Amino acid sequence: MSGEIRTVLRSNGDLRHEFQYIVNTVKPGSTVLDLGCGSGELMKALQKQKRARVQGIELSDTAVQSCVEKGLFVYHGDLNEGLADFNDNSVDYVILTSTLQVLERPDLLILEAARVGRQCVVSVPNFGYWRVRFQLMFQGVMPKTEHLPYEWYDTPNIHLTTLTDFRRFCKKYGLHIEQEIDLVIGEQSCKRIWLLPNFFADYGIFVLRRETPLTGSDKI
Amino acid sequence: MSSEQGSVGIVETQYYTFAEPPCQLELECGRKLGPITLAYETYGKLNAGKSNAILVIHALTGDAHAAGRHSPSDRKPGWWDKMIGPGKAFDTDRYFVICSNSVGGCQGSTGPSSINPETGRPYGLEFPMVTIGDMVNAQKALIDHLGIEQLACVVGGSMGGMQVLQWATTYPDKMRLFIPIASTARLSPQAIAFDAVGRHAIMADPNWNKGNYYGANSPSSGLSIARMVGHITYLSDTSMHTKFGRDLKDKVTPDYDFVTEFQVESYLNYQGDEFVKRFDANSYLYLSKAMDYFDLSQPEGELRKGLSAVQAAALVISFSSDWLFPSYMSKEIVSALRRNNVDVSYAEIQSDYGHDAFLLEFDTLSRLITNFLEYAGPRNSDER
Repeated sequence: MSGEIRTVLRSNGDLRHEFQYIVNTVKPGSTVLDLGCGSGELMKALQKQKRARVQGIELSDTAVQSCVEKGLFVYHGDLNEGLADFNDNSVDYVILTSTLQVLERPDLLILEAARVGRQCVVSVPNFGYWRVRFQLMFQGVMPKTEHLPYEWYDTPNIHLTTLTDFRRFCKKYGLHIEQEIDLVIGEQSCKRIWLLPNFFADYGIFVLRRETPLTGSDKI
Repeated sequence: MSSEQGSVGIVETQYYTFAEPPCQLELECGRKLGPITLAYETYGKLNAGKSNAILVIHALTGDAHAAGRHSPSDRKPGWWDKMIGPGKAFDTDRYFVICSNSVGGCQGSTGPSSINPETGRPYGLEFPMVTIGDMVNAQKALIDHLGIEQLACVVGGSMGGMQVLQWATTYPDKMRLFIPIASTARLSPQAIAFDAVGRHAIMADPNWNKGNYYGANSPSSGLSIARMVGHITYLSDTSMHTKFGRDLKDKVTPDYDFVTEFQVESYLNYQGDEFVKRFDANSYLYLSKAMDYFDLSQPEGELRKGLSAVQAAALVISFSSDWLFPSYMSKEIVSALRRNNVDVSYAEIQSDYGHDAFLLEFDTLSRLITNFLEYAGPRNSDER
């Protein structure tokens, strides 16, 4: 699922611009679990640049094959079934890039990710982006953008969020936002947005950490 | 991939005999067996460091002849010829591939139809019960004999996959990678039930005679029924629809008779008839029982503990329409390995072929396996 989603995001041949920001958030030598890892681009970059010990979970069979082709370890399956195998705090980073919006219950997966990972890196397309707002406001149509290229009737994106909504969610569930990187991603480059990101950024990357330690050391 | 391209050519089965008394192999059941002969074939060249060997393990009724032909006039190549050869997934230009017939079988290795040196007659039911673990221990003796310290990979499907898992558990440092395909760490009660029906069919055949039929009529109708039952479990509902539908054989209207009328009946009859020409009924009893007993979650009843010794990195593969060794069984293995912090990839191949898919889905299997062999390695090179 997420493999297909990702193919609609542009790639500049090498690493997608937004991925480099994610790679930069990861400390060298870390363990990483990439949920909805697609064809493994990000995992490969983490392995190369950060000597990270990576593994992924992916639903699309062609994407799984691409991961194996890259020498990556990947689990072919649904995201929600994947995490039961992982103990609390068992990996340094759990990564969810452009995956949340296609899930039935993104809230449950984020909380699971926050249980398993010491930190989570979550990225979402921003539905508060001005182009999205303008299409609905002035044209009166369901918005379509680079990140959200689908028609209303065939979109897999069933849980879209704005950056503001996502920050509220984190606050409500005790997830401390250690870092937020808001971007507008163009064909050739990717620009960081500092001013009114919920309006001017079309993509947000959040590095999260649980505010309170888990109670009960091992629920598995 | 065409079948003739990249063939290993003409091959010859070899034999290795060991465990001569008094150094017989101690079996899990407590009895001893020896001497033991294993039939095996090899393809490709063992490199100087003896580090490029791959052990391929066959399924229930398979044999050592995995690739190539025994003579130019051979009608069919070995059972995994599309996977083994120059430029193929198990590339014989790079790897030294070994396949041996399991102990307990009847295709060159010691089994119930072999002569018992103590009596001078075929063993029959005097043959001790061999387990998947015993089969692996026998293979280990062959690998030692070939002078191989560590295998690059151990791979197999179905019962072969069970042996792969046993290898990874019993001899964890003797391989770098392992690939169980369409397999399980323990059969489901449903699968045991089908095996039991097969065994009953053999034992109910009057020719079976408590296993003493060598030199007389063999229990071919019983064995044939066992094979028919087996074949049903190897196919899927969809593949049977595609292959036979409800078609009648050579006619349009039924004769309202008990002769073979449907295509699917005719197929099963053919499979049964062909099978009895090449397989020994007692071996079928022993090997199917070995599969039934196999359970890596024992003795503690927990698969994670049963697999705790595993070190090598794994690629676990299942097929979507396989209901004999369903995907959930492969996922169980993957889950246990992941919890044990073993490097593992899991792929479920979409296929309508049922359990048989591991002998048919060459393209996808080749792609996965080629890359896994090429790039994967245990991540112990990292500092963690």
